Amino acid sequence: MTRSADAGAGDAVVRIERVSRTFGETRAVDDVSIDVLRGELLVLLGPSGCGKTTTLRMIAGFEQPDSGRIQIEGRDVTGEPPRQRSTGMVFQNYALFPHLDVFENVAFGLKARGAARAEIAERVREVLALVDLDGYATRRVQALSGGQQQRVALARALAPRPPVLLLDEPLSNLDAALRERTRTELRALLHRLDMTAVFVTHDQEEAFALADRIAVMRAGRVEQIGTPERLYREPVSEFVAGFLGRANFLEATVVRVDPGDGSALCSLDAWDARWWAGARPDGTVRTGEAVRFMARPEDLELTPSPERDVGVPRAIRGDADIGPVGATEAPPAGDSDDTSAIARVVGKHFVGSSVRYVLEPFVAEGAARPPRARGEAPTAPILASGRELGFELGDVVSIAPRMDASVRWFAAAPEGAGVTPEPGLA
Amino acid sequence: MKPVRLLAWPLIALLLWLVVYPNAYVAVDSFVDEGVFTLRHYARFIDSRAELTALWNSVWISLLSVVFACLLGVPLAFLFTRREFPGRRMLGALVSLPVLLPPLIGVIAFMFLFGESGFLARGVQALLRLERSPWRFDGPVAILAVHAYTMYVYVYLFTAAGLARLDEGYAEAAASLGASRAHTLRRVTLPMLAPSIGGAALLVFMTSMASFSAPYVFGGGFRVLTTQIFTSKLNNEAGMAAVETVILAGASLLFLAAIQRFEAGRTYTGAGKGSAAGAGTRALGAPSGGSARAWGWTALAATVAGLLLLPHATVLLVSFVPPGSWTVQTLPPEYSLESYAALASRPELLRPIVNSLRMAAVATVANVVLAFAAGWLLVRARFRGQRLLDALVVLPWALPGTVIAVALASTFAVNQPWAGRFLLLGTFWILPLAYFIRNIPLVTRAALASFRQLDPSLEEAAASLGAGWRLTARRIVLPLVLPGLAAGASLAFVTALGEFVSSILLYSHGTRPISIEILSQLRAYDLGAAAAYGVLLILLMGLSFVIGFRGVSGERA
Repeated sequence: MTRSADAGAGDAVVRIERVSRTFGETRAVDDVSIDVLRGELLVLLGPSGCGKTTTLRMIAGFEQPDSGRIQIEGRDVTGEPPRQRSTGMVFQNYALFPHLDVFENVAFGLKARGAARAEIAERVREVLALVDLDGYATRRVQALSGGQQQRVALARALAPRPPVLLLDEPLSNLDAALRERTRTELRALLHRLDMTAVFVTHDQEEAFALADRIAVMRAGRVEQIGTPERLYREPVSEFVAGFLGRANFLEATVVRVDPGDGSALCSLDAWDARWWAGARPDGTVRTGEAVRFMARPEDLELTPSPERDVGVPRAIRGDADIGPVGATEAPPAGDSDDTSAIARVVGKHFVGSSVRYVLEPFVAEGAARPPRARGEAPTAPILASGRELGFELGDVVSIAPRMDASVRWFAAAPEGAGVTPEPGLA
Repeated sequence: MKPVRLLAWPLIALLLWLVVYPNAYVAVDSFVDEGVFTLRHYARFIDSRAELTALWNSVWISLLSVVFACLLGVPLAFLFTRREFPGRRMLGALVSLPVLLPPLIGVIAFMFLFGESGFLARGVQALLRLERSPWRFDGPVAILAVHAYTMYVYVYLFTAAGLARLDEGYAEAAASLGASRAHTLRRVTLPMLAPSIGGAALLVFMTSMASFSAPYVFGGGFRVLTTQIFTSKLNNEAGMAAVETVILAGASLLFLAAIQRFEAGRTYTGAGKGSAAGAGTRALGAPSGGSARAWGWTALAATVAGLLLLPHATVLLVSFVPPGSWTVQTLPPEYSLESYAALASRPELLRPIVNSLRMAAVATVANVVLAFAAGWLLVRARFRGQRLLDALVVLPWALPGTVIAVALASTFAVNQPWAGRFLLLGTFWILPLAYFIRNIPLVTRAALASFRQLDPSLEEAAASLGAGWRLTARRIVLPLVLPGLAAGASLAFVTALGEFVSSILLYSHGTRPISIEILSQLRAYDLGAAAAYGVLLILLMGLSFVIGFRGVSGERA
C-alpha cells in the first residue's frame, strides 16, 4: 500500500522512490516513497524500530537501500557514499569532534571541500551568528552546555550550504524546557533560511511543533503523510489516530450509512448511544458491520444529564420494554436520531489548560449491570477533556460529539498490536 | 568496501607469516627426524622422567603462583578501592609499580634482598653470629616468591577494576535486605567479582607457565618446561626442543581459550547507567578525613607499599656499590657513582643500552602501525576473515616468549625466500621481530579499546561534511585514538626494553640487549654494574610511561 506524497510531484529536493532496506530478517524500511519539497520541514515520526532513522540514514548515504532509488536535487545518488551527497546531518549526540574547537568543528566541512581560508573564516562567522554563538569560535566544544553543543552541530551542518538538512532526534538530549524553546528557534531559523529539512523524532508533540508535513511510519512503511492538522483530523488508520494525540476507541456497530457523504451512524456497543462518524478513508461499510469508533477527548461535549436528578437511566425511563441498559441489541429509538451516552464521572484530572474526565457507563442504582460474558474485558472508560464545567466525581453526564468534531471509524479488527482496548478502571 | 579488503588481506597474510608460520614450522619439526615423519621425539618426552617432572613442576608452580598472587592482590584491591584514607591514590599507584619492573630485574632484586648473600641473609647471619648463610634462596620457594611478587599486580589491577565497575547499589540492596557485611561480601560482592578474579587468575597461571627468568636464575636443579626448552636448544636437540615447545604452546593456548570464555562470561558489570566509567559508582566506605581509623588504613597501605617497593630500593642501593667492595658485610661498606660513570664512559657498556633503545623503538613503531590498522578493521569494518584477524592478533599472547624465540630461531635461520624464510638470526632484525610479535596483542588491545570508545557518528559526521577516508583518518580518527595508542605503545616499548626471555635465545654479541648484559655482569660478579643497568632500565621505563600515558589521564577524562 504505497502512498506517495499527497502534495504531488512539485519541486522535490529529496525524492525517495520505493526504497527498501533489510537487516537480516527484519525489513527495516519496506517500499517507502517520500518527496521532500523545497523549503519544507518534513518530520519522520514513529515509534522506535519503525524505520524512520534508517530512512534518514539512507538519504545521508550511511545505509544503502536494497532496492529503490534516492534522488537529491534531481540527481540519482543511490549508491553514492555520504561525502558525495553533500547533505548536512545533525546527529542525536551531536557528534562534535571533541579535539577541535568550535571554529574548527564548523569549518571542517568547508575545509574538506577545499574552500579558501578567507572564505572559511567568513562563512564560519556567518553561521555562528545564525545560531547565536558569535564569540564562541575558540571555545572547546566539551566546555559548552548541551544547548550550545546542539547549536554548534547545527552550524557545522549548515556551513557548507547543503541542499537538505537531516536531523536525527537532535533535541532528545535537551531538558524539557530547553527542548521546547530550541524547537521554536530551530523552526524559525530553518524557515528564514528556506532550508529543506528532514527531521526524525518519536515525539508527536515535537513533530506538531516543527513540521510542515509529517510522515508517520510504522513497521518500515509510511502509514500516512500530510500536514499535522490533516493527520490529526483525518487519520487514515487507528495507528495514526492513536499515535498522534489521545483518542477514544469504542467498539461499535454501523446502524445506517448516509449515501451522500459516506458518513455512518454507529451504535456504541457498551454505551447505549448512537453517534455519527465521518467517512472511512479506505472503503465503504455496510449496515450491521462491526467497527471501531474514534473520538478525541476534546471532541466530546459533556452536558449535565437529567438522570442526575431522577437516578434512572434514560433507556429505562423512555422505553421500559426494551430491557436493561447496555443490552447488546440497541433499540431502534427513532432511526435517524443520534443519542448521547450517559456516563458517571469516575475520574477528574486537572491538566493545566483543561480538565480531563474519565467516564464510565452509568448504571442506575438498583438496576442490574448488564451481564458480561466470562473473560470479556470490562468496558473501557471514555476520556473527555475541555474547560472546567464543574462536574465532580459521581456526577452523571451525557456525552455527545461536538458539532464540528472529526469523529471517525476504522475496521473492527485492526491489524497489529497496541490497539486492544485498555482494560477499564473496574 | 574495496579499501577494506586491500588493507585486511595483506595484514592477515603478514600475521600468518610471522605468527603462525614459524610456530607451524616448529610443530612440523617435532614430528620430523632427518626428513622423515616420526613420533620418536614425543616417545622420548614421555619416557623421560626429567621431562615429565619439568612439565609437572611448571603446572604446580603455576597453580601455587595463582594462589599467592590472589592472596596478595585481592585484599590490596579491596583496601585501595573500598576504603578512603589520606594518600590513597598515591599509595595505590605505588602498589601497581611492580608492573614496571622487568621480570629479570625483579629476579636480581630478590637475589640481592633475600638471596643467600643478600641483605636479609647477611643480617641474620651477623645477628646470630652464624658461620654460614642461614639459608639458600633457590628452587621452588624462590621461584614462587618472585612469581607472587611480580604477578599479584594482575590480580590487584583486575580486581580493582572489577570493584570500580561493580555498582555499589548491589551491596546497598543486600544491606537494605538485612544482610550482614560478611554475608554481603560472600554472597554478593565476591560472586560478582569472580569473573575479574578468575580472569586474572588464568592470566597469572599463563604468565607463570611461560615464566623463564625466575626458574633460570633460581631454579638450579629444579627444572620447568621453559628452562628445559632452553637447555635442549643449547644442546642442539632440535627435535626435543620442538616437542617441549609444542607442549608448552598447547597448554598456553588451552588457557587462552579459557580466558576468552571467562571474558565472554562477564555479565555483571553494567548494572547502572554508563557504569563503565565507574565514576559515580565508587562509594567508599568511610568518609575521607583525618579520623584515626583512616590514618590506620594509611599506615597499613604505606607498610605494604614499602614492602612491595623494597626490591626497587634494593636495586638502587646496590647500583651504588663499587665492584668488589661488598664481601661479607650486612650492608655494603662504601658507595660511589663508579658504576654509572663506567656506563657513561665505556662504549662497550653503553652499547647494550643503545641496542635495546633502537630495537624497542623499531618494534614499537611497527606495533603501532599494525595496531591502528587492525583496530580500525576489527571495530569499524566488516569483511570476511574478520574473526581470523581477531584470533591472529591475540594469538601471540598465548605463546610464551620461549616458544616464539624457538619458532623464530628455527624459521629465520636460513635464506629460502621462496619458502618465506630469511636469514635473520645473528642480524639486528631478529630481536625487534621477536619484540614486535610478542607485543602485538598488547598494542592492538589498546587500539581496540580506543576505537570502541570512538563514537562512530564522528566518522559519519566527517563523511557527511564531505571528508574522504584519508582526511577522516588523519583529522578525526588518529587524533582521538592517539592517547590510547600512545599508552599501548609505551607499554610495548617498556616491555621490549627489558625483554629477556626471547632475547636470551636469539641475541648475538653485537646486538645484545640490556637484559643479557645484566646477566653477564652478574656472572662477572659486578653487582654494581648489573644494578646500575637495572636502575637505568626502570628510569627509562618510568619515563616512557609518563610520556605515553600523559594523554590518557589528562585531556579526555
